[in-house]
Amino acid sequence: MRDDSPPPVVVDRVHKRFELPREKVHTLKERVLHPLRRSAVDVLHALNDISFAMEQGEFFGIVGRNGSGKSTLLKCLAGIYAVDTGAIYINGRMSTFIELGVGFNPDLPARDNVLLNATMLGLSPREGRKRFDSVIDFAELGEFVDLKLKNYSTGMMVRLAFSVMIQVDAEILLIDEVLAVGDAAFQQKCFDEFERIRSSGSSVLFVTHDMSAIKRFCDRAMLLERGHMVALGDPEEVGNRYLELNFSEQARAAEREAAEAAERFDEEHSGENGAGASGVSPLDPLAPAAGPAAGAETPTDPATESGLDPSEGHRTPATDASREGDGAAQIIDAWFEDDRRERTDTLYSGRSYTFVGRVRFRDDVENPLFGITMQNGRRDNVFAASNVWMQPRLGVFGAGEEVAFRIQFDNALAPDRYRVNTAVAHQGGAWIDHRLGMLSVVVTGTNVSGGLVELPYQITVEHGQPAPTSEPVESAR
Amino acid sequence: MSVQAVDRPRSTPQSDRPSLGRPIKGPSALGSSPRRLWHLTWTMARTEFKLAFFGSALGYLWQLMRPLMLFGVMYVLFVYILKEATGLYYGAYLLMGVVMFTFLSEASGGAVTSLLDRENLVRKIEFPRLAVPLATVLKALFSLGLNLIVVIIFLFAEGGRVQWTWLELPVLVLLLVGFAAGLGMILSVAYVRYRDVRPIWEVVLQMMFYGSPIFYLISKVEGHKLLGIKASYLLMANPFVAILEQAKHAVVSPTYPSAINALGGGLLILIPAGIWLAVIVIGFFVFDHEAPYVAEQL
Repeated sequence: MRDDSPPPVVVDRVHKRFELPREKVHTLKERVLHPLRRSAVDVLHALNDISFAMEQGEFFGIVGRNGSGKSTLLKCLAGIYAVDTGAIYINGRMSTFIELGVGFNPDLPARDNVLLNATMLGLSPREGRKRFDSVIDFAELGEFVDLKLKNYSTGMMVRLAFSVMIQVDAEILLIDEVLAVGDAAFQQKCFDEFERIRSSGSSVLFVTHDMSAIKRFCDRAMLLERGHMVALGDPEEVGNRYLELNFSEQARAAEREAAEAAERFDEEHSGENGAGASGVSPLDPLAPAAGPAAGAETPTDPATESGLDPSEGHRTPATDASREGDGAAQIIDAWFEDDRRERTDTLYSGRSYTFVGRVRFRDDVENPLFGITMQNGRRDNVFAASNVWMQPRLGVFGAGEEVAFRIQFDNALAPDRYRVNTAVAHQGGAWIDHRLGMLSVVVTGTNVSGGLVELPYQITVEHGQPAPTSEPVESAR
Repeated sequence: MSVQAVDRPRSTPQSDRPSLGRPIKGPSALGSSPRRLWHLTWTMARTEFKLAFFGSALGYLWQLMRPLMLFGVMYVLFVYILKEATGLYYGAYLLMGVVMFTFLSEASGGAVTSLLDRENLVRKIEFPRLAVPLATVLKALFSLGLNLIVVIIFLFAEGGRVQWTWLELPVLVLLLVGFAAGLGMILSVAYVRYRDVRPIWEVVLQMMFYGSPIFYLISKVEGHKLLGIKASYLLMANPFVAILEQAKHAVVSPTYPSAINALGGGLLILIPAGIWLAVIVIGFFVFDHEAPYVAEQL
């Protein structure tokens, strides 16, 4: 197939913009009354200068977050939207599956719906009738042919729709997340079918926001963000880039929210004297056994806060940043740094990182405890570290003293976003300063085992009798 | 969406380099293959018709009920109460008018919302956009075909005869279909931009009903003037009225004036003919112009 034939899909400097009227002028009356008024229009650049070429027989993935333009691009490719500038060239019979079962009508039996859907997808009614049997066979719905579609289960409907879809023997398939529906077994069947289609020399273009699908199936992938092409190439790398983008964006949004929340808090509480510092977190390893020291002074006191915070240039607080403790000391800054001692928000799997927290004491404190916990997206405490078992004890820290505590670790965390809680506590557990969600960091990595953590491991597979020291067949990490 | 605010450049394929595949130009009214347009139109119309047909126990009877009820009311009113019925085979005359108007009203009225009704298709697959309003017209045509059989039955019941001029009927139906399609093309894309097209069109249809010699004879308006123009000219300028008059002349009874006679001059027929042609041509160009952007504007 790799002769001089043109590539199956060529996208050449495509731009697409949408005009979104601020106030939708929908009535003739307004038109007649204000014939010359130009309605205000917001221009949304859905696609900016997108160029790529697919190769023959390639499984090409397009990944991006909601609103990144991936569906718009697919619709341009499918010919549903006209591009503004640039051009798209297709070489071969193309079939688009932006939605399963386009044109399905619930009041008609499967037979009519298959013919209807097949016509919509580009078959002639005669071809549709001819392939009807193989459609039903593939869908395994032989006994339900004359059942109205509204009596089908969702799974049956999906199977029927998918079976029609693959009957359109296309050389180029455009697929938009249709596989999000259906059970796991059927999804697997779908992917097997795509594999078969691909091995027959067809090219598949697959749009999704599911990175794992990209990594599993695609030869190459492209990352879109706000209508721009951000990355193109190895699915592995594109996938990581996507993850970073995703989390950093989340973090930015969280920061905005936190800032707004803090503002609101300041407004509401500007006159009050810190109430409600409860101080106990029963699940926390650093939690005190006894009751909390009654919150004499909230650390969120605006005066001290504003005096201390400017140093926090690099931190990215999480959404629900909150704080408790008696304020005998304050955590004034915290960050992660890599082995070159540079601050970072992104931690790569398997590398070494150091958490650094800066604490300033306002009262004398004897044998304080310093610690952090890291929580993954599901709020599991995946990692906790403190000096609670450290010997000898640290002794007394005097008022005004500033210390830095460092926690060095090898990053075995699974890729995810982590919320970092930092704490200083009295011996015995009462909080001095406990900052929930003080930091938010992203862990990225190429290995996704699915476990809670990515512990380094060796795997060996041996033939024959168990022999403890024979040659490993395969090893990872 | 503003028409004049920003001009949208159409896609410009740089050059037809043979090393590249065929260019994708986005959706259009006609698509690349007339066969596909026809297949789609036919399939959609057939499906819709089937649904209306088998949707309820009485199926087709309900389809027929609307024009028949309207016909029944008017028949009683004009024959027994007002005693206005003067023409030969008045029942068939009235029914012919009702049936043809029902077609026009169903086809054009249905076309108004057709693109929006089929939003899930328009936004999800590429296909010749023209299939949507055409399918609405075709579906109404299926009903018209069945309804015309009832007209013929009525005509026989009243003592009418088979005539050679019945052969004109297919041509007249075709002209009517063309007119309805022209209106449908304009109305469907207009509705995408302006949602008040629908109530306006309902009023226009209402006016057209009374402005057509459906229950009265065209000779009734003889001698009346409107804005200094003969009322019969104004009525006959409507292509629907011209087609209807000719159909009654050809099918019901030759005693009713043909379209040319009703106008009172051979060349005057060019007025409804010209309007007929203009509606179709303008309809197509408007639709063709809007077709690429319908999916984004829904």
